[in-house]
Amino acid sequence: MQNLTIVNQSVKDITTAPVIYVDHLNHYFGKGSLRKQVLFDINLQINAGEIVLLTGPSGSGKTTLLTLLGGLRSAEEGSLKILSQEMSGASKQQLTKVRRQIGYIFQAHNLMKFLTAKENVRMSLELHDEKLKQDIDAIAIAMLEKVGLGDRVNYYAENLSGGQKQRVAIARALVSHPKIVLADEPTAALDKKSGRDVVELMYKLAKEQGITILLVTHDNRILDIADRILYMEDGCLVSDGTDVTAKMH
Amino acid sequence: MFPKLFRKTPLAWRQLMKEKVRLAVAVAGIGFADMLIFIQMGFEGALFNAAVKPHRNLQADLVLINPQFQTLFSVKSFSRERLYQTLAYDGVKSVSYVYISTGQWRNPETRLDRAILVWGIDPASPAFSFPEVQQNLDSLKQLNNVLFDRAGRPEYGVVETFDKTGKFTTELNGKEIQVSNLFTNGASFAADGNVIASDSTFLTLFPDRKPENIEVGLIHLKPEADVTQVQAQLRAGLPKDVLVLTPEEFAQIERTYWANGTGIGFIFGLGVGVGFIVGIVIVYQILYSDVSDHLPEYATLKAMGYTDKYLLIVLIQESLILAVLGFLPGFFLSFGLYQLAYAATLLPIEMTIERATTVFLMTIVMCVGSGAIAMRKLRSADPADVF
Repeated sequence: MQNLTIVNQSVKDITTAPVIYVDHLNHYFGKGSLRKQVLFDINLQINAGEIVLLTGPSGSGKTTLLTLLGGLRSAEEGSLKILSQEMSGASKQQLTKVRRQIGYIFQAHNLMKFLTAKENVRMSLELHDEKLKQDIDAIAIAMLEKVGLGDRVNYYAENLSGGQKQRVAIARALVSHPKIVLADEPTAALDKKSGRDVVELMYKLAKEQGITILLVTHDNRILDIADRILYMEDGCLVSDGTDVTAKMH
Repeated sequence: MFPKLFRKTPLAWRQLMKEKVRLAVAVAGIGFADMLIFIQMGFEGALFNAAVKPHRNLQADLVLINPQFQTLFSVKSFSRERLYQTLAYDGVKSVSYVYISTGQWRNPETRLDRAILVWGIDPASPAFSFPEVQQNLDSLKQLNNVLFDRAGRPEYGVVETFDKTGKFTTELNGKEIQVSNLFTNGASFAADGNVIASDSTFLTLFPDRKPENIEVGLIHLKPEADVTQVQAQLRAGLPKDVLVLTPEEFAQIERTYWANGTGIGFIFGLGVGVGFIVGIVIVYQILYSDVSDHLPEYATLKAMGYTDKYLLIVLIQESLILAVLGFLPGFFLSFGLYQLAYAATLLPIEMTIERATTVFLMTIVMCVGSGAIAMRKLRSADPADVF
């Protein structure tokens, strides 16, 4: 009993509050008679530093859940707290503010075509006024070196391979030290080797910075990096937090 | 604030510069629209300037005209008595008068007659401030000597021969006359050319004219006299069959005639409007396709935490950059075209700072206006769609 308290205490030290807290969340698309429920009573809690995989068949509502968690849509029913900010009924401003603390990695890299790799990474730094006092070019270059693109800083996206683009996207997502990184099928457009590289890179950087990662994927080649795997089907969270390591042993 | 601003990536600039072809099309389009506007405004301005150039060169503090006098194209006369009456008023130093009529000038080479505006002035009291007229008043004292406007239409056939031989003889209204010298005024829509003669010569050229009926009375004031005050006194004192005007007011009557009394002002205004709309359509097309092409990227920026306002400013910056880049070639091309048009028509068409500023402001309104329309597309960039 005492032991347990101590464990709880140490967990509490890292995570005074869960970075993502979802309580009885429902979500609907459409209006009037076309209104259709897409998420059913989602309950979820993700703590700081966790790497969580979200998987499930297409159309199960994974991406919808991800956009809600990322503050890209406002929640309607139930409670959703990101970094202690209630997102249900949040204003546009509040949503924008929360987004600045989240790093996004998209299936399509979504880099600005008219900017170089370095400038793409800079765009993420420029959101934060306090960063502008520092040498943001140097920070951006250092970050690109970390993802192994030190020799590609002035390349435009069109001159980078798929894997390289995705690594620039990772650099962009992580450079401003977000608390949460949300990734949607980051490996889907990549071959096996680049996909693996990208995920391992994410894993390494996330562990370095203590970032929470929520990763939507179909790719079972990368399931092993997860601390937890969530499975969704038909808008419901079927399995909440199978402890992968526990299962493996 | 500013150092921070400069440290940020100039998104608008980079975005425009990445697509060179599209940028070139946009710049060409805006430049073309600006050129259209410049040409219309240039011709309109030239028309007005040409029309009032003689008015502005009248040497007088006040002028008297018949209230019916609207344009040199169709002059109206009044009794010289009225002019002499003004001498009784305080402040009036002296008066002189001008006869104006349209005569037929024969080109001796082609034997073709062409209408020309004939000015009859008293050689003893200068009516015009053109320096060549001032210097050659004496030559006018000889009967049947005239001064010819070298900037008139070339069809009169004078300038080349005169420059070569120093003399030129032809018929004006069937009477033989000599060109004793040249001056420079310019062709206008009302007159293809001008000649200045002495009052005596004028009356022999137009035998039907009564000497006591004049077109313009020139009033010279004493140096200490106040123009506005004397004008008010004359207006109050003189019968209503004459108007007392400053030379500039006289010029404005002529200008108003052409601007409002004919279709000309409307036509040029329409031309400017069409140029403006062409510009809006072009810039809108460019900005709209630019926004559409970059929609996922804009949505990504929104997802990262950039605000709608930020993207809006980027779009406005883009339109302002386009405005400047498009205006410059438009301006320089129009400058060249003005020279060409001047050479071809001898109309005093020239680039003024005022006009350049007006067109530049119009370009900015054009671009920002189009940006505002393209903005609606920007709003449809939904960050939730990028996943």
